[in-house]
Amino acid sequence: MAKTIEEINEKIKNGKVVVLNAEEIIDYAEKKGIKKTAKEVDVVTTATFGPMCSSGAFINFGHSDPPIKMTKVWLNDVPAYAGIAAVDVYVGATELSETEGLSYGGAYVIEDLISGKPVKLRATSHGTDCYPRREIETYITRDTINQAYLFNPRNAYQNYAVATNSSNRTIYTYMGKLLPNFGNATYCSAGQLSPLLNDPYYRAIGIGTRIFLAGSQGYVSWYGTQHNPGKERLPNGTPCGTAGTLAVIGNLKEMSPEYLKACTFHGYGVSIFIGIGIPIPVIDEEMVEFLKIKDEDIYTEIFDYSVQRRNRPSYGKVNYKQLKSGKIKIKGKFVQTGSISSYLKALEISNVLKKEIKNGKFYLTNYVAPIPLEEKYNTLDILSKEEL
Amino acid sequence: MVKRKLVLSFPENIVTKPITYKLVKEFNLEFNILRAEITPDMEGKMLIELRGDKVLIDRAIKYLTGTGVSVQEAAKDIIINKNQCIDCGVCTSICITQALIIDSKSFKLKFNKDKCILCELCLDCCPVSAIKVHM
Repeated sequence: MAKTIEEINEKIKNGKVVVLNAEEIIDYAEKKGIKKTAKEVDVVTTATFGPMCSSGAFINFGHSDPPIKMTKVWLNDVPAYAGIAAVDVYVGATELSETEGLSYGGAYVIEDLISGKPVKLRATSHGTDCYPRREIETYITRDTINQAYLFNPRNAYQNYAVATNSSNRTIYTYMGKLLPNFGNATYCSAGQLSPLLNDPYYRAIGIGTRIFLAGSQGYVSWYGTQHNPGKERLPNGTPCGTAGTLAVIGNLKEMSPEYLKACTFHGYGVSIFIGIGIPIPVIDEEMVEFLKIKDEDIYTEIFDYSVQRRNRPSYGKVNYKQLKSGKIKIKGKFVQTGSISSYLKALEISNVLKKEIKNGKFYLTNYVAPIPLEEKYNTLDILSKEEL
Repeated sequence: MVKRKLVLSFPENIVTKPITYKLVKEFNLEFNILRAEITPDMEGKMLIELRGDKVLIDRAIKYLTGTGVSVQEAAKDIIINKNQCIDCGVCTSICITQALIIDSKSFKLKFNKDKCILCELCLDCCPVSAIKVHM
């Protein structure tokens, strides 16, 4: 018998909701069976905490006196995009500081704002009759600005690649430092806890779904950029590599630095760790089949990041149980593995979300529109107008 | 018999002297060179484990300091800032002696100083700069 979101929300309201995290559901379903689990459990919380480069924040500063139509804007010397009206900007997480280079950037500006720290705002303009001011330098904080919200075009990747390095020199990538001659391998997914791996065909997660976003209650605003649901999948539904993605939105002023952290990949640049938690309603038995997925059932592919091409050579597939064991075999050689996303923080988020639901502070949503199951994945080719 | 792991830094002017040989001959110490390198400005650096009589090790350190070698306890040098660390574990892939591991039960990063050979490979791999070395 299928459950509706409304029925689950009624249980949340009455304090009778049964919530497990995506790790606990594995043993529960094993012991009790699919049928009983579907009947007894109402919600499963999934989560992830990893670097998500495609993130940023919209900010409205309010108007100065005399006012300015900002055309170039810097926040702590990090350029922000100002081509939207007079005092709106978008600061991207990976934008680098003009004075500190690779060690400070947009992600740090966002973290500083969330932490309540002062941020230096500098802007210039050509000046107009209605906006006469040509330059401004002042300080802002979370509390002095108007609306500020994270709007991340691509987060919560449904699985990701494993990176290794076959060359004879150390390379510095967004997958971290990769030692020469297959000296190590890095991966980046919460595996069995990860939101889109627990809902592989987007039955529950869709546009409008309420989520935990860096400590706030945010929403899935769209499917993410590079959304590629057509990736090869296992019979259990999980894709063997990068597939679906989510665009998410949430109020920056309600976020916590506990669940959002700026970072720098040495020799690569700035990125941002974002904590995302998504509750999945246990609407039917089929949902339990997807939710009981465990690390050994999820596979991903190993790629050689020393090959500087769009298509990198593959060294085969491994599952997350093997990856989390600390070593995998590549070309017959044992290679040490390390995760870039934090399983501990993901687990913490799944438990925070569980508590919020149990305490009646977080209600589930029906999505407004589904996330597409078909989408063309284009590449950028260098063409003349005639060749298009 | 005691065991001590030390980092020896040799200034340019004594880099060619057979100093470790003296440790055996004069102080009857066993040693195990875990790592040695000469940096471009010709300062020599050595991670060494000394094994022998406690008093003799102390005397040997005095001798080394006297010749101009700077001596540091090795295991004290790598410091993990737990407030900064997010327990991702990317450093565990770099750590060849597995001094850094993610505990399979708590999922927390654990640092075992006894296993650390101070290779410093982990220093620039931490995305939140939680790993520092004290020189």
